[in-house]
Amino acid sequence: MTGLLLVEQALNGAQFGLMLFLLAAGLTIVFGVMDMINLAHGSLYMVGAFLAAWITMQTGSFWVGLAGSVLLTAAIGMLIEATLLRTLYARDHLSQVLATFALILILNDGIKMLFGTDLPLSAPAALEGPVELPGGLRYPLWRLLIIGVGLAVAVGLYLLVQKTRVGALVRAGAANREMSMAMGVNVARLFTLVFGLGAALCAVAGALLGPLLAVQVGMGENILILAFVVIVIGGIGSIRGALIGSLLVGAVDTLGRTLLQSALREALPPQWASAAGPALASVAVYVLMAAVLVWRPQGLFPVRGG
Amino acid sequence: MTVFARSFSKRIAAAAVLALAAAGAGAADKVKVGFVSTLSGPSSALGVDIRDGFQLAVKLNGGKLGGLPAEVLVNDDQFKPDVARGLFERLVKRDKVDFMTGVVFSNIMLAALPEAIDNKVIYISPNAAPSSIAGKDCNPRFFAVSWPNDAYHEAAGAFANQRDLKSVYLLAPNYQAGKDSLAGFKRTFKGQVIGENYTKLGQLDYAAELAEIRAAKPQALYIFLPGGMGINFIKQFVGAGLGKDMMLLLPGFSADQDVIGPVGQAMAGLFNTAHWSPDLPNAANQKFVAEFQKEYKRMPTLYASQGYDAAQLINAAVRDVKGKLDDQEAVRKALRAARFDSVRGPFKFNKNQYPIQNYYVRNVGSDGKGGLVNKSFSEPILKDHGDAYVQACNMPQ
Repeated sequence: MTGLLLVEQALNGAQFGLMLFLLAAGLTIVFGVMDMINLAHGSLYMVGAFLAAWITMQTGSFWVGLAGSVLLTAAIGMLIEATLLRTLYARDHLSQVLATFALILILNDGIKMLFGTDLPLSAPAALEGPVELPGGLRYPLWRLLIIGVGLAVAVGLYLLVQKTRVGALVRAGAANREMSMAMGVNVARLFTLVFGLGAALCAVAGALLGPLLAVQVGMGENILILAFVVIVIGGIGSIRGALIGSLLVGAVDTLGRTLLQSALREALPPQWASAAGPALASVAVYVLMAAVLVWRPQGLFPVRGG
Repeated sequence: MTVFARSFSKRIAAAAVLALAAAGAGAADKVKVGFVSTLSGPSSALGVDIRDGFQLAVKLNGGKLGGLPAEVLVNDDQFKPDVARGLFERLVKRDKVDFMTGVVFSNIMLAALPEAIDNKVIYISPNAAPSSIAGKDCNPRFFAVSWPNDAYHEAAGAFANQRDLKSVYLLAPNYQAGKDSLAGFKRTFKGQVIGENYTKLGQLDYAAELAEIRAAKPQALYIFLPGGMGINFIKQFVGAGLGKDMMLLLPGFSADQDVIGPVGQAMAGLFNTAHWSPDLPNAANQKFVAEFQKEYKRMPTLYASQGYDAAQLINAAVRDVKGKLDDQEAVRKALRAARFDSVRGPFKFNKNQYPIQNYYVRNVGSDGKGGLVNKSFSEPILKDHGDAYVQACNMPQ
């Protein structure tokens, strides 16, 4: 494996990780602040991707599609929070899982009735295709953009959570919800806002990944599992944990699919390597999660005080 | 009132006598077909197309199959093997259907199939044709009117030879069908396989694999990535600019209308192999493609053509036995003869009741209306091709 290939794989790992971060950030805040397991988080990602594809098709501009999708998905998220999820906060996790699972099915079929099973979505022509990086590496421009947006969102969220009043309320809510309620925080409004923000991040992820992945019904379920792995590794409710967890998962997954395979090919007879390599690569992420949980059961950056 | 009632009951009695007379001759008064397919959820597009193709054939036949009124009982297996098995049992035992058909996916079909064949009902497969029941475990009540699992991959290997490709890289998900498909490719390909990669089933992002493939510098890349995996991969392959460095070769189902839709213009120019193409020049196909577009306002896929042919096969068999569905040996014989004009052109059954047919190389090109559609090369890449497992099959004739 040459140095250039290594750089490319490092970029791939970062890009995959940052894309997971966009989803995990919303999920971890909702889980951390509201103590709400929202399985339908992946469905909001699907809604965001479909809206972006549809608006792009109507207007001809990807950026209008992105902006429209972010606003609409945030509005849909807040509507769902205010009408349905609000009634679930007081209930146990099992009821939340059942209700939000039902929401997945409803949103899947609702999208299918509105838009069909899939929609095409391409990157703007100027950003399609590879660019030449210093050192002669050709890398897809769109993936670089995802890395950039992911980093920008990470910085933006950090500032929002650490430096603003809303952020302080979110942190207080994540650390101890009852106490922050007792201190006079308008929890209902805060929750709606947080949920809208999570939905907006889903829409950003959906629109940016649309040109890379299929925009189709059910796209949210696969990625949701990885987003849950990320927030469990990072510590539930922690933005910093979500970022580190995403990058870890991205790196381990990419390494497992590349370096690990070539190492096994060196070390083992070919028929063993070809059987063991793919099997190990598909569980690498979960092995990472198990290892982190053994070491730190609350995740890397636990938030909850008690 | 009473006069009317009496004459009415007389008429019923007369009709009953006639019906009994007909039954005495052994002819059924209608054909019941149990249709089970995946009609909901993310994978439903394929099953919907098979259903629409089947129903179109029945409709064009005036609602009849082989001259008898057709009753098609459509059911959704929800992409679940246990649900499919339950539906098969109900259709066979309670509804007493004459034929079963419809299932898309081989894992679902293999779970449900015993309910049909163990209860002496013939199953006509409009899609799944796994190698496991092509050989030693072939069954007299199983007919595949689609294509054997390996065939598209064997055709792709033959095409790579024809293009004089020396080095090919192979990519498939890490499960049985993935390994079988690459074995199929290697069965016919004479050049060198310089890399082989098995990815996680359901993987979303292929950036790491694409980097390895770029570094390996093959002349061509062959992938077996069904459904959403293929869509994701093709988008990323094009986005990474690999299309300029190597040829991307696909099995037909990774380059059909259901993939062209979400991928879009990036599909233009890709080669793929299949047993059918919308532009095959035979009269049956031209009629099918035109009527399908008229009825459903979209281009038919491979799956739609297979559903259509499944109905045509049943139609021909019922016609040839003159409606005497009780005589299953005669029905089987008529099915094996397959006297119908398939939309794929020449078609006959092998000893294992899998098809012997031609395979074509298709190229995705413009349909002249801003969309994309498959166009076939006129010469088949494999002619009268069967499968590699038939020798092991001891089928009673």
